[in-house]
Amino acid sequence: MTALLEVKALHAGYGPVDVLHGVEFAVREGGITTVLGANGAGKTTLLRAVCGLIRRKGHVRFGGEPIETRVTEEIVRLGLAHVPDGRGTFTMLTTEENLRVGAITRRDRKAVQQDMDRMFGYFPRLAERHAQQAGTLSGGEQQMLAIARALMLRPRLLVLDEPSFGLAPLVVKDIFAIMRRVNEQEKVSILLVEQNASLALGLADTAYLLETGRVVLSGSAAQVRDDPTVRKIYLGY
Amino acid sequence: MRAALSPMRGVVLAVVLAGLVALPFFISDYRAFQFTQAIVYAIVLLGLNILTGYNGQISLGHGAFYAIGAYTAAILMDQAGVPYWATLPAAGLVCFVFGFLFGLPALRLQGHYLALATFALAVATPQVLKYKRFEEWTGGVQGIVIIKPDPPEWLAGWITVSQDQWLYFFSLAVALLLFLLAWNLLRGRAGRALVALRDHPIAAEAMGVNGPLTKSLAFGVSALYTGVGGALGAIAVQFVAPDSFTAFLSISFVVGIVVGGIATLSGAIYGALFIQFVPNFADQISKAAPWAIYGLVLLVFIYAMPGGVAWMLHYLGTRLRGRR
Amino acid sequence: MEAFLHQLLSGLATGGIYAGLALALVMIYQSTHHINFAQGEMAMFSTYLAWTMVDAGLPYWVAFAGTVVLSFVLGVIIERVVVRPVEHAPVLSVVIVFIALLVILNSVAGWIYSYTIKTFPSPFDWEALRNPYLSPHEIGTVAVTTLVLLALYAFFRFTSLGLAMRAAAQNPVSSRLAGIRVGWMLALGWGLAAAIGAIAGMMIAPLVYLDPNMMSGIMLYAFAGALLGGIDNPIGAVVGGFVVGVVENLAGAYVVGTELKLTVALVLIIGVLLFKPSGLFGRRYVTRV
Repeated sequence: MTALLEVKALHAGYGPVDVLHGVEFAVREGGITTVLGANGAGKTTLLRAVCGLIRRKGHVRFGGEPIETRVTEEIVRLGLAHVPDGRGTFTMLTTEENLRVGAITRRDRKAVQQDMDRMFGYFPRLAERHAQQAGTLSGGEQQMLAIARALMLRPRLLVLDEPSFGLAPLVVKDIFAIMRRVNEQEKVSILLVEQNASLALGLADTAYLLETGRVVLSGSAAQVRDDPTVRKIYLGY
Repeated sequence: MRAALSPMRGVVLAVVLAGLVALPFFISDYRAFQFTQAIVYAIVLLGLNILTGYNGQISLGHGAFYAIGAYTAAILMDQAGVPYWATLPAAGLVCFVFGFLFGLPALRLQGHYLALATFALAVATPQVLKYKRFEEWTGGVQGIVIIKPDPPEWLAGWITVSQDQWLYFFSLAVALLLFLLAWNLLRGRAGRALVALRDHPIAAEAMGVNGPLTKSLAFGVSALYTGVGGALGAIAVQFVAPDSFTAFLSISFVVGIVVGGIATLSGAIYGALFIQFVPNFADQISKAAPWAIYGLVLLVFIYAMPGGVAWMLHYLGTRLRGRR
Repeated sequence: MEAFLHQLLSGLATGGIYAGLALALVMIYQSTHHINFAQGEMAMFSTYLAWTMVDAGLPYWVAFAGTVVLSFVLGVIIERVVVRPVEHAPVLSVVIVFIALLVILNSVAGWIYSYTIKTFPSPFDWEALRNPYLSPHEIGTVAVTTLVLLALYAFFRFTSLGLAMRAAAQNPVSSRLAGIRVGWMLALGWGLAAAIGAIAGMMIAPLVYLDPNMMSGIMLYAFAGALLGGIDNPIGAVVGGFVVGVVENLAGAYVVGTELKLTVALVLIIGVLLFKPSGLFGRRYVTRV
């Protein structure tokens, strides 16, 4: 099993306070890994640390390359696309421009156009609104746009921060279906941070449980799903 | 902001004060005039610091209040025969009103916007002063000439002092009074309210500080100080003219508080010495040099010493005393 | 009627210059949320550079192009060296840094070139352009400004780099997540703003004569124009600039007289800041949670 993303002994935080205290996890090449945890466990901090948005210390390897000291822009150019919490939509640009921004580091113009058509294929609602100002899209549409924008990078790893947040169940179902499709057809590995444990465990093959900045449980999705504590606290039965 | 006065500091102050009083007797009249000007600037910088340093409202336009104070004094002396010392409270009052009135709309403005509005005020001031309709009051482009006051008779009985020396003592007395008032104001509730509004406006208001009133009053008081300085300055220089009050005057005030130390009382003094004497030396190099130096000094201080000279001295003081 | 038309058209001509400067201000404001108080002095300094080249014998348009390129580079350098260190500092520090820049540029220009006014040539002195309403130079100014504005519009709307700069200005974090080097986008923005300022300076110099203080009044109008149109709306800034140009001319000719024209700008600025701080065309931000 080749790990596309390997994280060891990761410490990170804001200002003088550390939020992560030595986190360790990995994402298999071609796999889907999910990191679960309650509010405040440090899930968003984890993703930000991996992408270089906040100060961090430890070992992070992406495709074999150490990235723990690199800046975000360079990490992204290595093929890591991050869909942040809150979606990070460019609200003043049109839907189409949002997608173009996603591909802005690429040189192959024809392929970019093809990718754009493919994104509109995955997300027909975006196609309908392609010339609309992105800030006027609904929450679900903005989430789709955020994922599409990330995919325009042709990333090796897609990192998502709570994609289900604030969205209607049907919309969430669509989005998760697309994530599975993207993973299977385009071989994009996925790192998914989610509060909605059952959804996440339905999609992922590997799972980690984060509690106050430490990994307290890890294993295959099935194993984690069957763990009694997880069942009681995070799955509700 | 230090609270009470320690005995050590009291001794230092007494020595400094004695030195200040003795100074004019050891220097030429011209130098005395220059020091008078420095005292005037100290009063102005104190005023600006109250607004920008302690209360966080950026003003790039205090030259306008200085001009108003100066012209008030000049007009009263020239056209109404008011004695020079009476023009100071008048100038202060007029400027307080103008400052407060400007402060009201300024409540809506923050940061860059306030800086821009005050900067516009500074740039427009000379033009307004030159306006033909006001000419019979302001003297138009030529301005107004003021007669230099003589030392008062009760003093002439004791010792002979020149006009310049008398003006120095007079300004010094006014400055001491104003500094004392400011010191008292700033270390009390008002001072804390000012700083609280600067740093945590919402929390301050939640705790009962009247934001709008305090901020407008800060503007008014700041303008008052600057106006008194302007009046004194006009009397010392003996004339007022529109081109003395360009935007660059406002900028030099800002240079003064940055160099001296934002949100400190002593900073007003260091800054005043700086903006009074540095141009005199720099002028000898070239006409453009003073402002180039101002600019470079501003950059150096902002990057490396944002607390100004006052902070640096305080820091050195604590190091020398062995504390950290 | 002829006089009125002349004032109106003249106002549009100067308005074009204000529009250019207002646009430069908006570009920097959009990406950094800072108002570049030194914009005018940068433009003035560039114009002096052009004057030096012309004085040395270079043909006008060569000097023009050279100045634009040089100003662009200087703008980039200023951003990286002077502005970058205070990017996240309190507002007062940033304002003071800009003021320092203003003061340094002004005094260095005075030092190198002295304070005696100089004439700056106009390349538009052609017989064919003479007419009763606008001087040939004013016509040329309108043409140049329009070209510049159109070119900028096309750049931002249709090129990748323009898109990247817009994205970086609007949402730096998301831009970094797309691989955009936001720091360099800021520097480019400053370079462009400096280049635009240089063009504006070279267009206005023949009208007001070249001296270190030539831009202070003009910048006030540019600020007014930018605020009027909406400090973060480029098209608004352009419209605002033209409006201010016309209002300034008409007010100066018919209402307050030329002596109080600056006061008009002051009143405009304060008025806009008080009553409609987002400007006439201020953006209504539409966001959904």
